[in-house]
Amino acid sequence: MEAEFTLHVNGQARTVRVDPATPLLYVLRDDLGLNGPKFGCGLQQCGSCMVLLDTIAWPSCQLPVANVQNAAITTLEGLTRPDGSLHPVQQAFVDEQAAQCGYCLNGMVMSAVALLTVHPKPDDQTIRNALFRVLCRCGVHSRALAAIKKAADSMKS
Amino acid sequence: MAAQYPSQLSHSRRDFIKSVGCLTIAFVLGSGADVLAGESVVADELPESLAKNPRINAWLEVLANGRVRVLTGKTEIGQGIRTAVAQIAAEELNMSMERVEVVLAETGRTPDERYTSGSASIETSGMSIRYAAAAARQQLLGLAARQLRVKASQLRLADGMIRTTDGKRQLSFTQLLKGKQLQGEVKLPVQLKAKSEYQHVGKPVRRDDIERMVRAEPVYVQDLRFPGMVHARVLRPTSYWGKLAKLDTAEMQRQIPGLLKTVVDGSFVGFIAEKECQAKGAQDYGIQHAQWTNGPALPTKQALPELLTTLPAITKRAVNKGDMSSFDATTAGSAPTDASLSARYFKPYLMHASVGPSCAVALFDQEDSLHIWTHSQGVYPLRNTLAALLKMPPERIHVKAVPGSGCYGHNGADDVAADAALLARAYPGRHVRLQWSRDDEHAWEPYGSAMLMQLDARLDSEGSITHWQNNIWSDTHSTRPGGKPESLLAARLLAQPALPTPATEVSSAIYRNGEPLYAIPNQRLDTHYVQGPLRVSALRGLGAFGNVFALESFMDELALQAKQDPWEFRLRHLTDKRAKAVIQRTREMIKNEKLAPGEGFGLGFAQYKNQAAYCAVVAKVHVAEEMGTIRALHLWAAIDAGETINPDGLKNQTEGGMIQASSWTLKEEVLFNEQHITSRQWETYPIFRFDEVPAVTVSIIDRPTEKPLGAGEAAQGPTAAALANAVFQACGKRIRSLPIRPEKLVQIKES
Repeated sequence: MEAEFTLHVNGQARTVRVDPATPLLYVLRDDLGLNGPKFGCGLQQCGSCMVLLDTIAWPSCQLPVANVQNAAITTLEGLTRPDGSLHPVQQAFVDEQAAQCGYCLNGMVMSAVALLTVHPKPDDQTIRNALFRVLCRCGVHSRALAAIKKAADSMKS
Repeated sequence: MAAQYPSQLSHSRRDFIKSVGCLTIAFVLGSGADVLAGESVVADELPESLAKNPRINAWLEVLANGRVRVLTGKTEIGQGIRTAVAQIAAEELNMSMERVEVVLAETGRTPDERYTSGSASIETSGMSIRYAAAAARQQLLGLAARQLRVKASQLRLADGMIRTTDGKRQLSFTQLLKGKQLQGEVKLPVQLKAKSEYQHVGKPVRRDDIERMVRAEPVYVQDLRFPGMVHARVLRPTSYWGKLAKLDTAEMQRQIPGLLKTVVDGSFVGFIAEKECQAKGAQDYGIQHAQWTNGPALPTKQALPELLTTLPAITKRAVNKGDMSSFDATTAGSAPTDASLSARYFKPYLMHASVGPSCAVALFDQEDSLHIWTHSQGVYPLRNTLAALLKMPPERIHVKAVPGSGCYGHNGADDVAADAALLARAYPGRHVRLQWSRDDEHAWEPYGSAMLMQLDARLDSEGSITHWQNNIWSDTHSTRPGGKPESLLAARLLAQPALPTPATEVSSAIYRNGEPLYAIPNQRLDTHYVQGPLRVSALRGLGAFGNVFALESFMDELALQAKQDPWEFRLRHLTDKRAKAVIQRTREMIKNEKLAPGEGFGLGFAQYKNQAAYCAVVAKVHVAEEMGTIRALHLWAAIDAGETINPDGLKNQTEGGMIQASSWTLKEEVLFNEQHITSRQWETYPIFRFDEVPAVTVSIIDRPTEKPLGAGEAAQGPTAAALANAVFQACGKRIRSLPIRPEKLVQIKES
């Protein structure tokens, strides 16, 4: 049975009318028209659908919308500043050209942003651990690692 | 036309021209101010795509505001083709990259360049655009010369304007063309810009689509939204050859909110709903409640390598060089001697395993025309295939390429487009977006074929290879639909099913790179084409991945037999200087690297297709048998793709190729039981995660005066062999059956 839910997405209150069991991913993409979180597996195995819940990166594909009403939800769109400038992690992925098809980029960027809030200067292994959930098939991992280190440096300075 | 080779032609250039034969190029010294200083090149043969479509305005439109629009029949699959062709066009037209926009493959709009495949986009589309842009420049200068009543040699074209060399007079494209487009065909000879004057080509120009990706702009087919768009899911049989027995669609209509239509045609089942999660709800219901009968079982009694050699085969002798009679005489009866070696290698079925499952949007409009938005690699072939499937005239079908998740070959893209077309036809008037599930993609995509390679060779007393025999057993490596609807997954499910007719000829893709580039006087290559149990099609590299893994592993085994260093052993068997150069470069790259206990280096080399990019890869691995781990630590590649259009693009492709091929080599294998594929999601078909990925380093040997060579698939085979050879060096155990998993070490004796 559908019900009304008010979600806090990218700093705005958004009200949707959906079945409470609907995974957050579908609400973000189909009801709110966002592109950042992507459908990859629906099984929480690939990280394509990653969003921030408060400051934690979490896959949105199995997360019932009813469970996230109290969280501040941030998607890839929400990282871009109001003046249109990019978050340092977004900027670093552009600078390092850390994409091929780019489908997994959402998962990498969101995971990296979450990581840098708790580990401002992560080493290689810490980054690898933080991105463990994110699958990339094109093989841009080495560029992503370089981008995240670069973002960490730029945020520190 | 006879080629003229002026004296300044270098030896390597001369050799190159001889080796390619068909391409004749003559140099002229700068003729006219436009060409500037330096030598420009006059080409007298058109690239293949351009020869089929020689009209300038098929490739390039001059826009009113001093901009140009480039039309390519290729599509963006993460390789950065949009940027590369923009670089090429901007270069020939002397303008900034911002002035160039690119239209990707779309029927009725762009040239028909068939498939974006075979690492051929630069060689075909890129070069066609180079020539078309050069012809456009010539024509624009000619028009301006007439309007301004000056000689063309007194004019210069730059940044969307044509100016006299004294700078006193100028014309914009608008003034010049007065709303018209350039007419006529690209005619020979085409005068190309001097490479010494290049501003964009050969530079690591950034891809502009990456910024759009990080901004979460709608980049992918998955992101398309149309007013009134509805969502669809399909329901697949519970076994590989299963048939639908029962689905209570009336009950579904009562149970599933938002369900608009259930389409059932034989065993093809699709659901259309207002919202995506409702379509998924219908699919979930169908998975629980639909009843299916099992079809014929898949063969599981024999191990796959053995099965491949026992299936009925069509055999083709693809290479027969020198005299193999003495080799046959000794191998027939006698035991192997010190000087002979035999080994058998295996490559399992591999998955494309795109991170985003296939997706398409289809609209059957009020004029009975069909529109498809697809990440297929071939919009024109897909159009023809859908026309045959739906029994519609191709003119009523419009197919537009939109990027999807990386495909690395022929994945579910064409199948999902056909599914979407069938559903849209049953629900006309609204855009139908069909998203495959993870399970749909994993279980039903056409896999890369399993292969078995039997290699036999003999060395002389000097340690040189005198005889070489290769037997390859494999299914085909491409079933791209190309107009044949029976190649589509849906076709086998429909009430009137169609199955592909097996090819009667042996595809050269099976023995791609099966012939080594090494100078071996006596050689034989027999290809045994079999029909394996699973759906297969083109996966990055096609047969080259398995073949290079086998022959480059075998080269190391022969080097060991000959008591020679693997680098030296290869170099002494090569005559091609460019091949030698990439191998030598890898040795340079690792000269300061040290090996710790349990570590090993391995080398692999190939020239992709024996005619595209040269690539040598060195792997450094760590093997801990007692821990049951094999880790790829670092991979180095040296690559020569001739003239490099975008060095960062080439690096990115090569880095990614090494990482992807490492995952194939160390982890991957499609598994099945009697009923169905059992590799159904990421836990049952694991690929590399971030903690397993090696460091990668790429060194480019740029050859600006050579023609560009396809490079996107060059690293795949060399990486597999490099890893196998490194594992051998690390622990003395030779794994000849992919994937190279630690549990296999236990079964192998140290050599």
